[in-house]
Order: sequence, then structure tokens, then C-alpha cells
Amino acid sequence: MLPTNFKIAIASGKGGTGKTLVATNLFHSLSKAGIPATLADCDAEAPNAKLFFKSKEESTSVVTQKVPVIDESKCTYCGKCHDWCNYHAIFFLPQPQVIKVMEELCHGCGACLAACHFEAITEKEVELGVVTTYTLPNSNILAEARMHTGVYSPVPLIKAGIKAAGDHRMVIMDAPPGTSCPFIQTVARADYVVLVTEPTPFGLSDLKQSVETLREMKKPIGVIINRAGMGNRNVYEYLKQENIPLLMEIPFERSIAAVYARGGLIAESDKQWEQLFLGLLDKIKIQWK
Amino acid sequence: MEIAIISGKGGTGKSSISAALATLSEKVVLADCDVDAANQYLLFNPSHEEEQAFIGGQKAVINPETCTNCGICIPYCRFDAISFSRQGVVISETACDGCHLCMRICPHQAISMVNSDKSRLYAGSFRNGRMVYGRLAPGEENSGKLVNLVRDKAKEQARKHQLDTIIIDGPPGIGCPVISSITGAHQLIIVTEPSLSAMLDLQRAAEMSANFHIQTHVIINKYDLDEDLSRQIESLCKEAGIGMIGKIPFDPQVVEAMTHSKSITEWAPDSATSKEVSKIWLTLKSMKP
Repeated sequence: MLPTNFKIAIASGKGGTGKTLVATNLFHSLSKAGIPATLADCDAEAPNAKLFFKSKEESTSVVTQKVPVIDESKCTYCGKCHDWCNYHAIFFLPQPQVIKVMEELCHGCGACLAACHFEAITEKEVELGVVTTYTLPNSNILAEARMHTGVYSPVPLIKAGIKAAGDHRMVIMDAPPGTSCPFIQTVARADYVVLVTEPTPFGLSDLKQSVETLREMKKPIGVIINRAGMGNRNVYEYLKQENIPLLMEIPFERSIAAVYARGGLIAESDKQWEQLFLGLLDKIKIQWK
Repeated sequence: MEIAIISGKGGTGKSSISAALATLSEKVVLADCDVDAANQYLLFNPSHEEEQAFIGGQKAVINPETCTNCGICIPYCRFDAISFSRQGVVISETACDGCHLCMRICPHQAISMVNSDKSRLYAGSFRNGRMVYGRLAPGEENSGKLVNLVRDKAKEQARKHQLDTIIIDGPPGIGCPVISSITGAHQLIIVTEPSLSAMLDLQRAAEMSANFHIQTHVIINKYDLDEDLSRQIESLCKEAGIGMIGKIPFDPQVVEAMTHSKSITEWAPDSATSKEVSKIWLTLKSMKP
């Protein structure tokens, strides 16, 4: 058996390959089977999982970051905070004396605060987004991280979203696309990563990059090919060659796309899909040992 | 003139449309700013004339020989990257934000920073002009900075080779690398598709870009997959005062073209898709930068 607090991240290098399709349908199938689970929507720049479920808002928490406030009456314009800021978030001119915090560049590391010997720096909180938890009729939980527009990095939201998902039940994480920080922050907390791809040259190229990254992180992985039937067979050959398990194929069918486009779940409209998604757990179990 | 193409939601066809536009002209610089999943080079096999390393961030490392395990650095780290372990004080590479604070405050100078230098910027020529692209190494940061570098290089190439149009293929989402991709561009195209998810992401992308005062247009790709939703998107754009610049039908030939390393306008120039893209291109060219 998989541990009851097993965490599965659903990820992909390329955007739009069907991550959310897999995450939402897997979550739905777990719920139907009576498995206590939480779906954590970690795609904080474009969170869409909520669209697929009837749910009741349970709680909302604002995610903030600390940014410095400089008291110019105490500031001696020594420039040390500017030197210590690695994000170039403090604009400083010694002559004429100008000092200004550029909040959008600040990562809230606190270096300027530690640098200042004159108690001229205090901090305030700025809002980056919200984490909302929703309860489904079957009492399973959806935790959504949503970044405010205009904010630069979704990482603090992702961290807060995963924290809100908790550590007591199975967690399905809908990861952001790509292989940079937001992706790493999500998969770092996963016990297993399902990569969703499509059998096209773009899909394969981005899959390879994700596989490389996850192997370096020593994460067990499996692949789902979405829109099977389009493109060519190169992805299949790659999986075989690299000995990566193919967990599932979702055919390229207009009817599947149509259900998804309207915010529906294929596992709800077709029981066979419910069984297939549930079957993913058995395949993951074999690899998990 | 710089034309940026973004989408909010991934997989709506942003890169295929960028490629199609790029191959309608003999005089173009194609800047692939989707540095997390750069794919244009797969279609165009550009020459590698220039290669540049990009420092994608820094990570703190502890020298176990000088570290006294005093733990002073631990509470300073706002990213919870430093902790006590059986081996003494350790820094998590994935959690470290590269702020330098621990290095600066360590009383024993036991912490140093190492560069992440695996990311690259490439420039060369392809069949319709020049091409510049960045590849962010997995897990590296500062994708926005790499995007800026790609755009600067693209502008340099445009001047040097007297090319008048730069096509920017942007990343998905609405965060830092997207903001870097559109800042200062002359025309912005947001590519969407008829699904509820894409519609929500379009709204967020439009909201984000509204602050940048760029002439913005929307393309509905695969519009005929759900004409009802497409109409909803059209009225949404009308309300928001964003112009529709084209509606592209669903066309399996787009993927076919991709598997043959061609854009749709090269592969099937007489198709309805290619005709619509050509119309979009003419509209863009007629606009004052």
C-alpha cells in the first residue's frame, strides 16, 4: 500500500499538455473510491482546477512577503543595504542623497535589515496572493494557490498552497509548467511525479528536460501520453529507450477535449475512465516498492 | 517593430502561431523567450553562431571544515533553507534563494556562493532571418533576466542585419518572464482557445498586460472546437476593449507540419489556417509601431 499521506505531483515541461486534466480526474476518481485526498493547485499563475468541482469555500489566507521601509530621518546614506541587496531592489545614490526601495524586485530576504546599523529599516507586509481551501461534497479538499496579477514570482504562493494541503492525506499537486523554480518548488515536495506529455516534437523536447531534472532530484517518475494518436511515435521510443514506465494513454478525441473545455471530468461522464485513473495508483505502487 | 505573443494558459498554440508568422517574412528576428521550454529551434534548426553563458542565480554552500555548527545563520534565512542535520548545518540547494545573507553574517566565513552557470543564450540564422533563443538550465532562476538578454540580443541582430520585425515567442503564465517578454514591445498578441480554463487565463493575462500600455490583440486558436465558447470569448474581449485579430480553425496539419520541422504556413500554405495567419500578419504589418 502507498502511505496514506503520499504526495503525487502532476507536471509537464510544456504547457497545455493536460496536467490539469489528469490531476482533476485522478482526484475525482480517488474521491469516488473513498480515499481521503487533497488536490493542491500549485499553478499559481493560472489556477484552474477549481473550475472542475462543485465546492464550498472553507478558508482563505492572504500570502504576504516582507519588504523594507526606510526611515530617511535615521538613514545615514552609507549604502550598505544597497550593497547587501542581491536583487537590486534598493536604488541608492550617495550624492545627491537618494534611497528608494523598489518593492517589485524585493524577495523579502531581510539582508538590508541585517545590514543597517542605524535602525533605519523596518519591514511591512505586501500581498502576493491568496491560498483558498474548498471542501467538496465528499469532504475531500481542494487547496488553491492564486498569485495576484503583476506579482513576479509564484514561489511563495506555491509553498503556502502545499502547506495548506497538509500532511495527513494523499495529496495530488497540479504543478506549474516548465522546469524552473516554480516547478522545482512543487516537485521537491512530491513522493512521485507523473509527467504528462503529448506525442509531438515540442512535447518530447520538453519531456526530456523534465526527465533530466527529476532524475537529478532522484524522484520516481512515470509518463502519461495525452492526445495519443496525433504526431509521431518518437515519444514512445524515448520512453522505451530510457526505461520510463508509460502509465496511461489518453487518446486524441474531440469528445474528451469537449468535456474538458466545458469544465467537465471524463471520469465522471465515463466510469471506465474512473477505473483507469484509479489504476494509476497500482502502477505507481509497483515503482514505489 | 517588436511583436510579443503570449497566452496565459500553456498549449494554446502560441509557438506554432509565432513560427507561422515568422515564416511569412524574409526579414525577421525570431526571439524564443520561452526560456523554460524553448522549442522554435526544433522547427528551424538555426546555425549556432553565438553562444553566451548566463548566470541563472547563485546558491550558498557551507565549507564543513570552517563551519563550527554555531547555527547563527539558521534564523536569518527567510527561505528555510538552512537546518541542523546529522552532518551538522546544511543548506538545501532547492530552497536557497541565493540572497547572500548567510554568507555575509557567518562569523567564521564558512559560507560561499557558487554560480549556476548552465543556462545559455544562442544566436544564429534560420531560413527567414535571424533567431535568438535562451535555454534556462533546469531549476535555475532569473528567467526574466535571461528573457531580457534574449530581447537585447534580438534587437542587436535586427540592427546589424537590417531586419525590421522582431517576433517574441513568450512563455506561459503571467509572472516575471512574461512581464519581461512584453515590457516595451509594440504589439501584443494573446493566444487563447475555446475552453473555460483558457478563457480565465486570458482574462488574467489581459489584466496583467493592461499596465504596460501595449496595443493588444487576441487570437482564438482552434475556435471551431466550441463555437459557443468562442463567441463568449469574443464578447469578453469586446467588453474589455481588446481587438480580435483572428480566429484560427482546428487543423491537424499544424502538428503534421511540426513533425516535419515546418511551420503551418510552410507545410500547407493554401490551408484555411495559413490563410488566416497571413491575414493576421498583414493586419500587424499595417499597424504603426
